[in-house]
Amino acid sequence: MLKGSSWKRLLGIGILGAGLWAWGGCSRDGGDQTTITIKGSDTMVHLVSEWAEAFMDGNPGLEVMVTGGGSGTGIAALLNRTTDICAASRDMSKKEYDEAEKLGIEPKEITVAMDGIAVIVNPGNSVSELSLDQVRRIYTGDYANWSQVGGPDLGIVLLSRESSSGTYVFFQEHVLNKQDFAQSAMRLPATSGIISGVGSDRGAIGYVGLGYAEKAAGEVKSLGIRADGSSPAVAPSVASVQSGEYSIARPLFLYVAGEPEGALKEFIDFCLGAEGQKIVADTGYVPVK
Amino acid sequence: MTTRWKEKAASLVFVGAASMSILIVALIFIFIGREAGPFLSDPGLGLLLNARWAPVSFQGESYGLLPLITGSLLVTALATVLAIPFGVCGAVYLAEVASPLEKELLKPGIELLAGIPSVVIGFFGLVVLAPKIKALFGLPTGLTGLTGAVLLALMAMPTIISISEDAIRSVPESYKKASLALGATRLQTIWRVTVPAALPGIIAAIMLGVGRVIGETMVVLMVTGNAPVVTADPLTPVRTMTATIAAEMGEVPFGSDHYRALFCVGVVLLVATFLLNLAAQRALKKYGVKT
Repeated sequence: MLKGSSWKRLLGIGILGAGLWAWGGCSRDGGDQTTITIKGSDTMVHLVSEWAEAFMDGNPGLEVMVTGGGSGTGIAALLNRTTDICAASRDMSKKEYDEAEKLGIEPKEITVAMDGIAVIVNPGNSVSELSLDQVRRIYTGDYANWSQVGGPDLGIVLLSRESSSGTYVFFQEHVLNKQDFAQSAMRLPATSGIISGVGSDRGAIGYVGLGYAEKAAGEVKSLGIRADGSSPAVAPSVASVQSGEYSIARPLFLYVAGEPEGALKEFIDFCLGAEGQKIVADTGYVPVK
Repeated sequence: MTTRWKEKAASLVFVGAASMSILIVALIFIFIGREAGPFLSDPGLGLLLNARWAPVSFQGESYGLLPLITGSLLVTALATVLAIPFGVCGAVYLAEVASPLEKELLKPGIELLAGIPSVVIGFFGLVVLAPKIKALFGLPTGLTGLTGAVLLALMAMPTIISISEDAIRSVPESYKKASLALGATRLQTIWRVTVPAALPGIIAAIMLGVGRVIGETMVVLMVTGNAPVVTADPLTPVRTMTATIAAEMGEVPFGSDHYRALFCVGVVLLVATFLLNLAAQRALKKYGVKT
């Protein structure tokens, strides 16, 4: 039914299509020794950027590219071999380690700093301390009103990070005791979203890294956290995280595929060295030593 | 001999260029279907049909698409309801009432609205609109489905206005002249003769506007609050399909269940938009609206 010329045209289009398919399927090989890519934690992106800048100042031949996107994004990138180093504010899960093994990657975990997670509320909220259990019950949806935890009669607005965030997963594991966040919790794309949300909504509660909370000290109020009902409330600070008194604290990691060599090793040694750790302290995080 | 060869080569190049778009659409469908497909056999289709979207969980992941679909539907429906009056009235004004000078000012203005990047509109919504809506309705937060819907209506309006205007202008002059000759006023002619005659084209315009709105990502990611709840209340945070894909796609390891679930969301989106656009184009063609 089709004329000869139409068949030829269809064949031509088919060949074009197959060509596109094949081209799309080709894998590209990249990476060179003079550029280091670091992807991952939004919490750490400011710190890692400061490291990158200081490192590049001292090593003019090397370039370090830093992007955020969340710890989950960084780990996925490490497994997909689209980054050299992954910055993560949580440790890799067993599933991720299994996935790495399947792909022939041996991730090496290096603790480079510590961080406290501050639970923040609006400065107009009368509540100034909560127990860990109360925070958990607020975020799993058990408590819906501030009056249930000694505050004003105001609905609680839950602000959270997206599930790709290491802060989200750490909070879920250690504060919520592996329970799920309430479905009604709003997932905001970045820490700045939580800070502005808490700053503008009187009934809002959020969780952010210590450095961000300290920088936004006028806009938001950090709550003192009681480890259990009877302990005293501990305010988040560099000192209380280092001493272990503050309950919601976590190590920050850099992950590399295999043992770091060459430029990667130089960068990591820099981060763990005196200058790197001083930058950690300056940006509001807690040095490892 | 050379001229024939050159002509053949030229026509091949043109055919190739034109068929690229169809090829790419077909390949996109195939690729997305291929990535989403395994989900239907391994975790199973049933897992997509519940009301809990919790892809990262220690308790057991849940990939229910229902909250995402209702979120998209709520925001899109509300945006359409908000955009239709402004869109149709705007088109009527442009086509029937406006003087040439007014048209010169209004048409570029509308095109400008269409050209504003969605992230800028989202930013505007976050900083200006959300606090206003929060104050207006006395809400605990301004990041709601309504905020998203208002911004999406702003984005759909230029599409609706342009195509509706073309539809109204395609109505034969004889209809209008006949109506006026029978003693109807201009207003009566517009609302009882011209607009009903242009209705298929206007409906197609609305469908195209909806098609644009349903796929909008950046605006809803920034202003709707992203809470995966099944709700019909526009004054609470909701989560759309598009925002879910944008927010979560970066994190997933290739081939995991979460990855495939996101592709299933993509399939739903693709099919919905495709059908909508197809129906709209068919309607436009059938009623002879020249766009």
